[in-house]
Amino acid sequence: MNFMASKQPENCLLGPESDSQRTLYPYVTGTSVVALKYKDGILMAADLGGSYGSTLRYKNVERMKPIGKHSLLGASGEISDFQEILRYLDDLILYDNMWDDGNSLGPKEVHNYLTRVMYNRRNKFNPLWNSLVLGGVKKGEKYLGTVSMIGVNFEDNHVATGFGNHLARPILRQDWHENLSFEDGVKLLEKCMRVLLYRDRSAINKLQIAKITEEGVTISQPYSLKTYWEFSAFANPAQGAVGTW
Amino acid sequence: MFRNQYDTDVTTWSPAGRLFQVEYAMEAVKQGSAAIGLRSKTHIVLGCVNKANSELSSHQKKIFKVDDHIGVAIAGLTADGRVLSRYMRNECINYSFTYESPLPVGRLVVQLADKAQVCTQRSWKRPYGVGLLVAGLDESGAHLYYNCPSGNYFEYQAFAIGSRSQAAKTYLERKFENFTDASRDDLVKDALMAIRETLQGETLKSSVCTIAVVGVGEPFHILDQGTVQQMIDAFEIVGEQEGPDAAAGQEASAEPEQGAGAGEGVAPMDI
Repeated sequence: MNFMASKQPENCLLGPESDSQRTLYPYVTGTSVVALKYKDGILMAADLGGSYGSTLRYKNVERMKPIGKHSLLGASGEISDFQEILRYLDDLILYDNMWDDGNSLGPKEVHNYLTRVMYNRRNKFNPLWNSLVLGGVKKGEKYLGTVSMIGVNFEDNHVATGFGNHLARPILRQDWHENLSFEDGVKLLEKCMRVLLYRDRSAINKLQIAKITEEGVTISQPYSLKTYWEFSAFANPAQGAVGTW
Repeated sequence: MFRNQYDTDVTTWSPAGRLFQVEYAMEAVKQGSAAIGLRSKTHIVLGCVNKANSELSSHQKKIFKVDDHIGVAIAGLTADGRVLSRYMRNECINYSFTYESPLPVGRLVVQLADKAQVCTQRSWKRPYGVGLLVAGLDESGAHLYYNCPSGNYFEYQAFAIGSRSQAAKTYLERKFENFTDASRDDLVKDALMAIRETLQGETLKSSVCTIAVVGVGEPFHILDQGTVQQMIDAFEIVGEQEGPDAAAGQEASAEPEQGAGAGEGVAPMDI
């Protein structure tokens, strides 16, 4: 028996047990969120899918939530981390309301708060595995920003997370313009979501579109997009590439 | 005020329900040189009288910039004031860093008041001996607050603290109804006139006073001596003869009143 060996406490942060204390990989994930500024505020779209690896396991996951009076948060990535973020923001908004003094946190403030949280977690090698989209309107000013799990943040007229960056942003760059009407904004978002539905394997055909204006937040009921599978490329996929399936 | 057996500790109540140490701290504010503040819908002006110990020394700094949108003028123990200004600057900068947005002055004032209250309820501490006139902007417009050593805070349209502040207060009471819609320059003029009231006949020149302004679209800054002297000359304040005489008459009746009022049993922190 080696009396000289020091006993490590059970909650030790050294050695192989330490990794179980921090996030290494995501488990239940949401896919892209797409958002754009339009005439009266922000429009945001996300599907209701929660994937468990390659399985499309959960089909009723709401990935967009209103925050306070002036903001709307959409998230992709680990769903449990999104729920944790909602808890942080709940506390934040609660304390803000408790001041009861005519001042309130607007979308810019919430976005920067989230940036600080995400970046600090990343510095501790224990990230919240999400890409967030924060949109809102306060005193007529529209705001749309995004934060990634490593704390990269910026604002733009249209943003997207995940696959949306590759498939939706090019469409938005071409078709977005200042002062889109509500109908045009929705049509543009649906165009993006349809492409994502065809090409992103973790997308499901059940989505919501959320709108935030000076008056408040409205999140639509879930609905599906019409899809067309009779494209000749789908009918005979091996035509251009022999041996493919 | 007279010494009594309940005034040694800040944590001892008197039978009349007063905390004498806190009241003594408010006396310290009255001993400091005057500071005044007044506001309109969009601007706030802070002013103070510069009192130097001797001709050889420079005067103490009594107006501090806390952030681009908040400034403070102090009266009383300037060391306490300096420490509290550092606290306020810290709070503002931390809020700005987290939220990329200026800290609303109303919230800063409450935090400051809570900090002062702590010192009235710990046996190993003493109250801060400084009164602060906090000027700042937030979502709802321009605000002027007064923070007491007691941990109370009040919002004002115009106020004066420190020695001979009663004269300034009397002047401000006459004019305050015009302040809401006054222009920035008129506000500064009124501040200079109020300061002149506290000087008791001494000539008003830019070397004896400091003026600072903050407003919508105008970050907090202290006006330089040249500008202040120009404004004094422009408004011909020095030339007005009836001002100092009337003020002197009011001084004589105001000062004994202050002493008697405090001794009569009205706890000043309740006002």
